[in-house]
Amino acid sequence: MDWELIGSSIGPIVLGAIQGTIPLTAASFALGLTIAVLLALARISGVAVLSAVARAYISIIRGTPLLVQLFVIFYGMPQLGITLDPWPSAIIVLSMNVGGYAAEIIRAAILSIPRGQWEAAAMIGMPRGQALLRIVLPQAARVSVPPLSNTLISLVKDSSLCSLILVTELFRVAQRIAAPSGEFLLLYAIAGAIYWVICLVLAFGQDRLEGRLDRYAV
Amino acid sequence: MPSDQPVPPADGLLLSARGLHKSFGDNHVLRGVDLDIAPGTVHALIGPSGSGKTTVLRSLNGLETPDAGTLRIGDLSLDFDRAIGRRERAALHRASAMVFQQHQLFPHLTVLGNATIGPIRVQGRSRDEATEAALALLDRVGLREKADAYPSSLSGGQQQRVGIVRALALQPSMLLFDEPTSSLDPELVGEVLAVMSELASEGWTMAVVTHELGFAHEVADRVSFFDGGVVVEQGSPEQVFEAPQHERTQRFLQRMRGPFGG
Repeated sequence: MDWELIGSSIGPIVLGAIQGTIPLTAASFALGLTIAVLLALARISGVAVLSAVARAYISIIRGTPLLVQLFVIFYGMPQLGITLDPWPSAIIVLSMNVGGYAAEIIRAAILSIPRGQWEAAAMIGMPRGQALLRIVLPQAARVSVPPLSNTLISLVKDSSLCSLILVTELFRVAQRIAAPSGEFLLLYAIAGAIYWVICLVLAFGQDRLEGRLDRYAV
Repeated sequence: MPSDQPVPPADGLLLSARGLHKSFGDNHVLRGVDLDIAPGTVHALIGPSGSGKTTVLRSLNGLETPDAGTLRIGDLSLDFDRAIGRRERAALHRASAMVFQQHQLFPHLTVLGNATIGPIRVQGRSRDEATEAALALLDRVGLREKADAYPSSLSGGQQQRVGIVRALALQPSMLLFDEPTSSLDPELVGEVLAVMSELASEGWTMAVVTHELGFAHEVADRVSFFDGGVVVEQGSPEQVFEAPQHERTQRFLQRMRGPFGG
């Protein structure tokens, strides 16, 4: 074991996580959820055009590799005169990708709320939009916590693909240190371990959140 | 008394429905229902399941829209032969408040939250005023100490009493009850009926779909017996329960009393 190399490389790799992987994941997840809610609403809107557009979007996002999506935006779009830096490219692609996957989770969660809840909201005088925001979405959020946690944990790991469009995140830092030293096994093992720690923390957060929301479990 | 020719409602009524028709697909559930309810009275809607009584009740609150007929509640008049707009439906929701069979409390809100969300978020009343009013209502049904509890921690009877408080908190001109005790354990039925009797004696105008014939007999001022999507017989509880004129009413009452004469 090259303890010296471990000691000197952990710092930069963790920094790569703090400055790259974590903000990239957080921003993409937040934007992605917003896209997902809009797509889910479009799908259940009953408006044929909206529903068809959302369905096509979801189909394309889920039917193509994330790596291809990243390359199309970062390496392909410049040919159309649209040149984006690595970070904006990464955030756009990751959030669009999360949006496509999470849309189906949120749609299913909204549909799982009994019709009687919509009726009770209407009975107390709420218009549909308000009923959605105040009555249905809060309950749907509770139902979506476990599957959305899966999406978030996948996203943390998928963000490593952004190293291939030159985003300086955890994995790219590990690669940079590994290349000259030749210690591939050690450095990629360290990178993997740090991903694992991040995901452990997220899983712990998921448990806490579910516990908090369980106070009103039906 | 089915009627295809709507007639104008007599004066002095809080609610008057004429010739309500409603189909779900091929199922013609309302075939011309008339209903009059005077202010301060309790009207029981009884009859076998599938007879249309719940559909009528839900129509009164705008949760169903009849295909034909007219409905007047207070100063709101609707003609279902024309399309009903969003604004008219909203006015219909406001005109009455409903207590549901499966309570349909909002599980993510506390008891107090359930009783104040309508007054605060819909009616625009101040939080302090709505809270005070809701606590007073909870006190009346014996649930003030449950104000901060979530509905899932309550018994079925308590949940249904909160459902009643949620309806009362809206300060409606009329209360609608859709089989409020039929999903309760038998030992919890009494506490809900007791609250309803109290409301009746205070002069609330109430329409109650119920299988509790004893309650209907004792508390209601008028009883409508539904069968096959029409009101077969209507009258005072004494008339309907003790001297039913129609054969279908007699058979229903016999069935409800059961083989042991209960």
